[in-house]
Amino acid sequence: MNVGKLIERLLQLIPVLLGVSVIVFVMMLVTPGDPVEIMLGDQHVTEEQEQALRHDMGLDLPPHERFFKFLSNAMTGDFGLSYYHRQPVTEVIASRLPATIELSLAALIFALLVSIPLGVLAAVRKNSILDRISTVTSLFGVSMPGFWFGILLILFFAVNLRWLPVSGRAGFSSEVEPITHLLLIDSLLRGRVDAFWDALKHIILPAITLGLPMASILMRVTRASMLDVLNCDYITFAEAKGLRKSQILIKHALRNALIPTVTVAALQTGSLLGGNMVVETVFGWPGLGRLVVESIFVRNYPLIQAAVLFYAVTYVMLNFLADILYTVLNPKVRL
Amino acid sequence: MTDATADNGRVVQPETIFRRNMRNFLSSKLSVFFLFVTLGFLVMAIFAPWIAPHDPNEPDLFRRLIPPVWMEGGDWSYPLGCDALGRDILSRIIYGTRVSIFIGVVVILIATTIGVLAGLAAGYLRGWVDGVLSRLVDILLGFPYLIFAIALIAMTGPGLHNIVLAMAYREWVMPFRVVRGETLAVAGADYVEAARAIGASRSNIMLREILPNILSPVLVVSTVRMAHVIILEASLSFLGLGVQPPTASWGSMVADGRSFMLNEWWLSTFPGIAILILVLSINVVSQGLRDAFDPRFHD
Repeated sequence: MNVGKLIERLLQLIPVLLGVSVIVFVMMLVTPGDPVEIMLGDQHVTEEQEQALRHDMGLDLPPHERFFKFLSNAMTGDFGLSYYHRQPVTEVIASRLPATIELSLAALIFALLVSIPLGVLAAVRKNSILDRISTVTSLFGVSMPGFWFGILLILFFAVNLRWLPVSGRAGFSSEVEPITHLLLIDSLLRGRVDAFWDALKHIILPAITLGLPMASILMRVTRASMLDVLNCDYITFAEAKGLRKSQILIKHALRNALIPTVTVAALQTGSLLGGNMVVETVFGWPGLGRLVVESIFVRNYPLIQAAVLFYAVTYVMLNFLADILYTVLNPKVRL
Repeated sequence: MTDATADNGRVVQPETIFRRNMRNFLSSKLSVFFLFVTLGFLVMAIFAPWIAPHDPNEPDLFRRLIPPVWMEGGDWSYPLGCDALGRDILSRIIYGTRVSIFIGVVVILIATTIGVLAGLAAGYLRGWVDGVLSRLVDILLGFPYLIFAIALIAMTGPGLHNIVLAMAYREWVMPFRVVRGETLAVAGADYVEAARAIGASRSNIMLREILPNILSPVLVVSTVRMAHVIILEASLSFLGLGVQPPTASWGSMVADGRSFMLNEWWLSTFPGIAILILVLSINVVSQGLRDAFDPRFHD
């Protein structure tokens, strides 16, 4: 890939990220209520103490100066104190982030594991019963509200069958000394098979709930691109050469057919971020999404501000990576 | 996709093509069936006070947690049972249709109007107008949708009015992108050049020449997005950030029923089914429209 083009695309991210920070800042600026009063709550303080706090928080500055202060602080990861936790916002977010990353990765893996084989089968056996079932399933997958699907899964697998836990990330006995802070990986690295099983059992239902819409979309994309590839001349040629069908499918067709799937998967990974809020709430998953929802009810604005900015920056970067991935995988497209 | 094509020197009227597309759409039995289901929900929303057997917000602790009619202890007066406050679930679902349909329709109407006008301006006028609007769109697309809406509601507080605005602020981006692309594609077409040559004003060209030709993709994108908006509203209500109690909304009904799901499963199940059927119907209709309107989507 052309390095100059890559740098150009990277530079184009700057105004977007700047714009995103302006919007996040303005959202906070127009929020009704005085941050100092919210932070103090019921505590009685003198007028001077209140003024000192206002000054410390930079609230006595004019808006444009506050924005530049916000921006320069944001660059160093300083978003102030979480009103509720009395701890730096960045620390609170960092403590909840691994759970969200682990859940998103599990959902992504679930979506890929389900969608690619089913999409390929649906294309190979086009118009068969299997194809029709996959079409209907994917239609249900995108129409099902995540929070409701999660509740149904809990009802069936956790309450009725008692196969899986109702909520949470791990049982009390499964605490593992952290290395990566991803429970599934840490438990394996520490050789704690029992903790691994426990963490796996906890993550299955939320990962399926979060990954279902993505799996449905990827299944349709894989099916469509596989159908396109199967109609290509080089596949007909491979068939004419007398190659085995499985060999044609895996070695010749699948490699090209997966280009759109991988690209869409990368784009959809960003949308998992939004779904996290709902799924984490349903399953009591101790991640960032649930933290944000809880923060809204206690009006913990610095945390909401930092989290929204974090989500947006991650989303922009993921979409940028998806763009690059598409170009790398598909030499016909140039940036 | 240009809908107006020169056919042996005779220009086919755009309306004819739109009508032909609609005829294609109506020839699919599946699409028409789900169109009727969607319209059924619309009728339910409009005539809720006449259809609902009970007042949706009237609590009665004597009817608390009555099961659906087919279960032991069920009562024909409350076919789907009652919730923890003794409110009739069927009536609440019927009234909840109003919230979902209202938000779906109003958000899409606002977003489509803004998106179409901005998209026409960006695609036809190009230059700084396009530059400014496209950059704004890039920035708005930098936010995951639900997070953007949640952030706005966190600032402005929940409520019908705020939800509509929170969604419309980002939703217009979708029709904008489609309309801008389509406008760029048809801006150099003969009929646009002809209109320009006879001195038609720019707004006249955009609204009377270009707009009728790009209605099909606008209709498709609007229906697809309406399904998204309805799920989004339900998600916000589920999180407690949507329409506030006691107003019935499907998302908050599912949330209220969560704590009873061990024994009283019907509290969360029925409103969830309502969301699923409505969103599924709109999705099938939009798929049908896309198949009928855009030959590229035919297998």
